Amino acid sequence: MKVLVAVKRVVDYNVKVRVKADNSGVDLANVKMSMNPFCEIAVEEAVRLKEKGVATEIVVVTIGPTTAQEQLRTALALGADRAILVESAEELTSLAVAKLLKAVVDKEQPSLVILGKQAIDSDNNQTGQMLAALTGYGQGTFASKVEVSGDSVAVTREIDGGAQTVSLKLPAIVTTDLRLNEPRYASLPNIMKAKKKPLEVLTPDALGVSTASTNKTVKVEAPAARSAGIKVKSVAELVEKLKNEAKVI
Amino acid sequence: MTILVIAEHDNKVLAPATLNTVAAAAKIGGDIHVLVAGQGAGAVAEAAAKVAGVSKVLLADNAAYAHQLPENVAPLVAELGAGYSHILAAATSNGKNILPRVAAQLDVDQISEIISVESADTFKRPIYAGNAIATVQSTAAVKVITVRATGFDPVAAEGGSAAVEAVSAAHDAGISSFVGEELAKSDRPELTAAKIVVSGGRGMQNGDNFKHLYALADKLGAAVGASRAAVDAGFVPNDMQVGQTGKIVAPQLYIAVGISGAIQHLAGMKDSKVIVAINKDEEAPIFQVADYGLVADLFEAVPELEKLV
Repeated sequence: MKVLVAVKRVVDYNVKVRVKADNSGVDLANVKMSMNPFCEIAVEEAVRLKEKGVATEIVVVTIGPTTAQEQLRTALALGADRAILVESAEELTSLAVAKLLKAVVDKEQPSLVILGKQAIDSDNNQTGQMLAALTGYGQGTFASKVEVSGDSVAVTREIDGGAQTVSLKLPAIVTTDLRLNEPRYASLPNIMKAKKKPLEVLTPDALGVSTASTNKTVKVEAPAARSAGIKVKSVAELVEKLKNEAKVI
Repeated sequence: MTILVIAEHDNKVLAPATLNTVAAAAKIGGDIHVLVAGQGAGAVAEAAAKVAGVSKVLLADNAAYAHQLPENVAPLVAELGAGYSHILAAATSNGKNILPRVAAQLDVDQISEIISVESADTFKRPIYAGNAIATVQSTAAVKVITVRATGFDPVAAEGGSAAVEAVSAAHDAGISSFVGEELAKSDRPELTAAKIVVSGGRGMQNGDNFKHLYALADKLGAAVGASRAAVDAGFVPNDMQVGQTGKIVAPQLYIAVGISGAIQHLAGMKDSKVIVAINKDEEAPIFQVADYGLVADLFEAVPELEKLV
């Protein structure tokens, strides 16, 4: 079966971002960019499905600027077979991305689509669910375990207070949570090989998708800073402060 | 303006997060209706009818809604919600699962995890793991929004007397089914609802050492959390994780034990009223946000703290 994996180019998770002085957004000039960590887990899961003989082909797709080809090459080095870039220089909302992915799903007809549960820049946690709505497929979000058998997939999901398992008819959408797997590193020979794998570039216009949005970001500010308090010398002093000064115990 | 709030519940009890969501709806202003979709959830509907500020409760009682499967619940919410000005749900695992599916069905963008209401169409929400706050304006006919509970003080659970109206619409997409559930059993309060939270990090060294935190928590009536580092190291399960990728908490007192204070952890707890950090590394970033810092070996400090409180 064919597996489609959607990935996003985001600011590297180790970077502490700064808000621009004019409050128009965060400053991404000269900042290290990487594949979104949840998307790395999605790629890894697809590769493992292929290693188990469940998946026969892995197509990786991203919606983003020309430079997002770097993240596609990373996914190809990790084991994806071919890549699609839907090129868009603008920042798109989750709904616009889901509509573009729907067009790619229509074209590619995968049995399973795996996405990260959220991107660590916009923190929306929407795209997978929206793609499921637009395709009419079942959704297994926040997955910690994925098992394909026959024409269905059992997905164990991280939920508040524990875990839930659902069974979905294929084709289906899965979004990854942290514990699904530990992504591997790409080996140098695989990085070299990835340069020769096919990478197709499409545009929203060519896919016939409007990326108009009902959301507008008016302003981006730094959060209110929390100032450091005091150091106490002993546990006894801590307890005294908590009881008499903070009055929280 | 009429706002539809999706109730968070387990078919028996109305979850406290619903009260925070109703509070956000009250800030927007207008009539507030609550939808209870479930199976055998009459008691939940009655509890929702008593919530202060709620004027009507819609009860959709059907086997298809028993486990909050989004394939079945989202079409119901989209159908009922189309006539409302706003649809709100708590940013719980259910709310996050269902609401984007509703938004896409209504062909509108969603606004996730708002922490404040600026006006009926403008909201604030954290981005980049809480390192920036975006103000977002929506032009959608129906504004679809998830609410971060810690951003809004809950409304009173009693005092209202709304009518409960049965909704007959049954949506069963037939593409998904519930297989099973494993919920952690605990006598301690739930993490996001606890007044005191004690969390452990990589400094705990192993899962067994969390017993020191459980003992302290039980003495304080606290919930126990963990940093992502402690979860990744396999010390404790992921549902204990506090942070951007785990649970967001804002208790009266947060005690961080053996936690260095990575950005992603701070994003999950920095709105706590009082923060205590116990760490043997005095350079640990956690001390920059702590009201009270104690540089000490946690294996000595925590048992001593347990004795003294």
